[in-house]
Amino acid sequence: MSRATTSPQEPGAQGETDTEAVADVQCIGEHIVEIVSDSGEGAQKAGQTFGTVSARMGNGVWTVEIIPAEIQPPARSPAGASGIRIRLASHYVTNMGDEADTVVAFNEQVLYSRVATGAYKKGTVVLLEDKWREDPVPEIRAQYAKAVMEFRENGLIVHELPIENACREIMSNPRRGKNMFVLGMLCHLYSRDIRKAKDEIATTFKRKKADVIALNHELFDAGLAFATEHLKTRYEIPPQPPEETEGKRFIVTNGNQAVGLGVMASGMELVSMYPITPATSASHYLAEVFQEVGGFVHQAEDEIAAVGFAIGSSFAGKTACTITSGPGLALKTEMLALAVMAEVPLVLVVVQRGGPSTGLPTKVEQGDLLACLYGEPGDAPKVVIAAATIQECLHFVIMARRLADAFRTPVILLSDANLATGVQPYLRPEPSPDWLAPPVDQSEWDRSVPPYDWDPETGLSPRPIPGMPGGQYILTGLAHTNQSKVAYDSDSNQLGCSMRSRKLAALASTLNPPVVHGDVEGDLLLVSWGSTLGAIEEAVDRAQAQGHRVSSLHLRFLSPMEPGLKEIFARFGKVMTVEINYSDDPDAPLITDETRRYAQLAWLLRAHTLMDIDCWSAVYGHPLQPGMIHNVILERLTAMGKTVDDGGNA
Amino acid sequence: MFGLKADWSLEVFERYFTIGDYAGGEARWCPGCGDHAVLSAAQRVLRDEQQKPELSVCVSGIGCSSRMPHYLGTYGFHGLHGRALPLACGVKSRRPDLDVWVATGDGDCFSIGTAHWIHALRYNMNMTLMVFDNAIYGLTKAQTSPTSPIGLKTNTHPFGAIIKPHNPLTVTLGVTNVSFVAQVVDWSPPLLYETLRAAYRHRGTGFVRIIQRCPVYAEKVSKELQADPSRFLLLEHEQGVRVDPGVQHQFPERLEHDPSNLVRAFELCADQSRIPIGLIYHNPDAPCYEDMSSQGIEMTSNERLKRFDALLDRITI
Repeated sequence: MSRATTSPQEPGAQGETDTEAVADVQCIGEHIVEIVSDSGEGAQKAGQTFGTVSARMGNGVWTVEIIPAEIQPPARSPAGASGIRIRLASHYVTNMGDEADTVVAFNEQVLYSRVATGAYKKGTVVLLEDKWREDPVPEIRAQYAKAVMEFRENGLIVHELPIENACREIMSNPRRGKNMFVLGMLCHLYSRDIRKAKDEIATTFKRKKADVIALNHELFDAGLAFATEHLKTRYEIPPQPPEETEGKRFIVTNGNQAVGLGVMASGMELVSMYPITPATSASHYLAEVFQEVGGFVHQAEDEIAAVGFAIGSSFAGKTACTITSGPGLALKTEMLALAVMAEVPLVLVVVQRGGPSTGLPTKVEQGDLLACLYGEPGDAPKVVIAAATIQECLHFVIMARRLADAFRTPVILLSDANLATGVQPYLRPEPSPDWLAPPVDQSEWDRSVPPYDWDPETGLSPRPIPGMPGGQYILTGLAHTNQSKVAYDSDSNQLGCSMRSRKLAALASTLNPPVVHGDVEGDLLLVSWGSTLGAIEEAVDRAQAQGHRVSSLHLRFLSPMEPGLKEIFARFGKVMTVEINYSDDPDAPLITDETRRYAQLAWLLRAHTLMDIDCWSAVYGHPLQPGMIHNVILERLTAMGKTVDDGGNA
Repeated sequence: MFGLKADWSLEVFERYFTIGDYAGGEARWCPGCGDHAVLSAAQRVLRDEQQKPELSVCVSGIGCSSRMPHYLGTYGFHGLHGRALPLACGVKSRRPDLDVWVATGDGDCFSIGTAHWIHALRYNMNMTLMVFDNAIYGLTKAQTSPTSPIGLKTNTHPFGAIIKPHNPLTVTLGVTNVSFVAQVVDWSPPLLYETLRAAYRHRGTGFVRIIQRCPVYAEKVSKELQADPSRFLLLEHEQGVRVDPGVQHQFPERLEHDPSNLVRAFELCADQSRIPIGLIYHNPDAPCYEDMSSQGIEMTSNERLKRFDALLDRITI
């Protein structure tokens, strides 16, 4: 991050960290922290700052926002829980983890929804705003007392703290400033680098006046002092081993910003979009910075126009990108088929949310896989890839643009709400000229070469670009000959379809088999795609450490598929996909082998390999967590009669 | 600018283009269809303007009129039903050097493509927008179109169209940033030519509604109009399109109309008793979206890379 421009002098500041001696400092490997509040109380800003400071201290970090579906949900309602989770560790972090260790809550009601989703465990420490205890409304006082009692009965360790009262000494409206106070509390609790934290606050408010920064620093300091007074425990989370970080440069972004960076790194000059959750923030980010690299964000009148505009640009030689989510993908279907049929390069990023229909706009799902592969009437082969990490959200856009141009095809890049909102540090890309699209070719076209001069082996053909003298052709979505002449005869249609399909086989022939995580043979293999990589591998590692013969395999290419899957699968007793989409529970009423509907990757793999691929999937609307998958692994192994004596530590 | 070879960019000897340079496949429209006249007029404009065929793109949707790109010698994009305009705007967005024509119809533009019609007018990108309006769906065989007159018998309304037709001109004039609105009939080739040429020369979206004959499915509509020239009001003005004596003879009812007068233009179009032809509204100074959307096109790859690297520096921790 850029350095703070102002550096307020701290009276009596000594050294970089808050070194005040407190007896009880525990050194731990990782912790999960949450800040939950009503919407608009700044919890997310405080949490992101906390995460960035930790990243700058060399910790592994994953932050994820807790987002209510409404902009201004009623205050103090369980459904209105807004906030952030930060997982920080002495190792690289790939997912949001399981139950939180420490929670700061601005009211007790928002905690209920978090408890309901299993975010907490016995022993989770809750630092709770206590002003509701003395609220003038008797009902609120009663709610508060009841909740605190229930939380304690459930094993949460609740500390009631006068947070707003303490803030009121600094500002009249503590609702607006207590987030920085809480940041100060957390920075004390987790022994964060105070200088780095203050720099980060200054960066966060760099567009505001100096007095705003000063006020936030003051609140931060008050939070530090408050925590010193009220909290007897402190934690130390050492940085990752130096070989993980030394000499390396990192950036901190969420997956949507990573997509925006990827667009710029790929040399694409146009993103054409229509607002839709959770995809839009990628365009927000681009809208802020794209012009610096000579690009433009077009906000179209609708989803169809957005993709049409991008296809128009691609046709004219400037391969463009459009970014959407499920309902937008549905609307873009006909245009996508046109791009397939007429072989127009296009990058379509789909940031998946819960479906069908308007579904769960802010929640994660991996429900668009089959729609991406098979959404169009007729045969519409196209490249579909899925990012597994935030870093891949960046690099896969570059790959998508290159594949789109090289294979003269639309490429769909799948992301999801988990990657879109997760924030973590990852290696800063070092841009390369190879990533950029070459300048538009305007040289003379050899008139003897048809506009679709398909190589019968690969289906590939060079593309005339408007402006090339002699290259004039009429692109059409109708069946056409290699001259792009409308043709209704049977041979032309058969040839066109096979040439477009052949391109996928050609691409598949260049891919390597995916690498198994863990042993290449065993009792159980989990197969996955997209944002679930980190959580699944963490669960598999735990199970392996307990002696179970379980491995995992993560797919990045969904169309075409990476090669060698059948051979890999054959070395495991059982193969099952783990996905965030709907499948029938095999034990549910009326569900038999014949009626069971499988998870989306499972359908594909069953057809692809003719093997009996099982699945576990769910549509709870939240990211998969290692603990949940670990349980699934143990259940399946038990059902298979494969258990190990783990001493009861599962 | 886009890596043209020296021998093209220098243009040492002038290339001269004939009508043949703008000819594509043989037109397959029905005999007597008004589309033939539009095609010839457009080809003549291209020839007279000596527009390089390789720098011209004709974009269309779906329908009889949308076959037009196939009959031109330029680049062409025969797109999706109703979606010619987003495609055309995309073509122009990062390639403002390309000359863009749009061929669309009453169903394509005023029905399934309504959203894009409204918004493309607002974008006002520099292109020539020809709406072939024959008051019927022809390609799908005689369904009611948004401009079918009430009572017209079609396959979807065999007892006659049941609601009043859309007035596309008042809608068009109501759109913010609209810059060029004209109306012509296909059976007046000189007026058609002059109007398309004015639309071509206009910087912005040159919207031309062409009342066009469908002798197969809606003969009644155009026959009645052709039989009674007094239904038309020929607009004349020194800022309008050139009107030769032959056209004046064809349309005896004439009116001096200043095309910069939007309110008067709206009145003329709302008046159901007369059909205005000629240039209805013109604002040569309306901003064009490509001036914004094409920002940065001159940036070299190296420059892009350097600036991107600097951007990464700002978020590097």
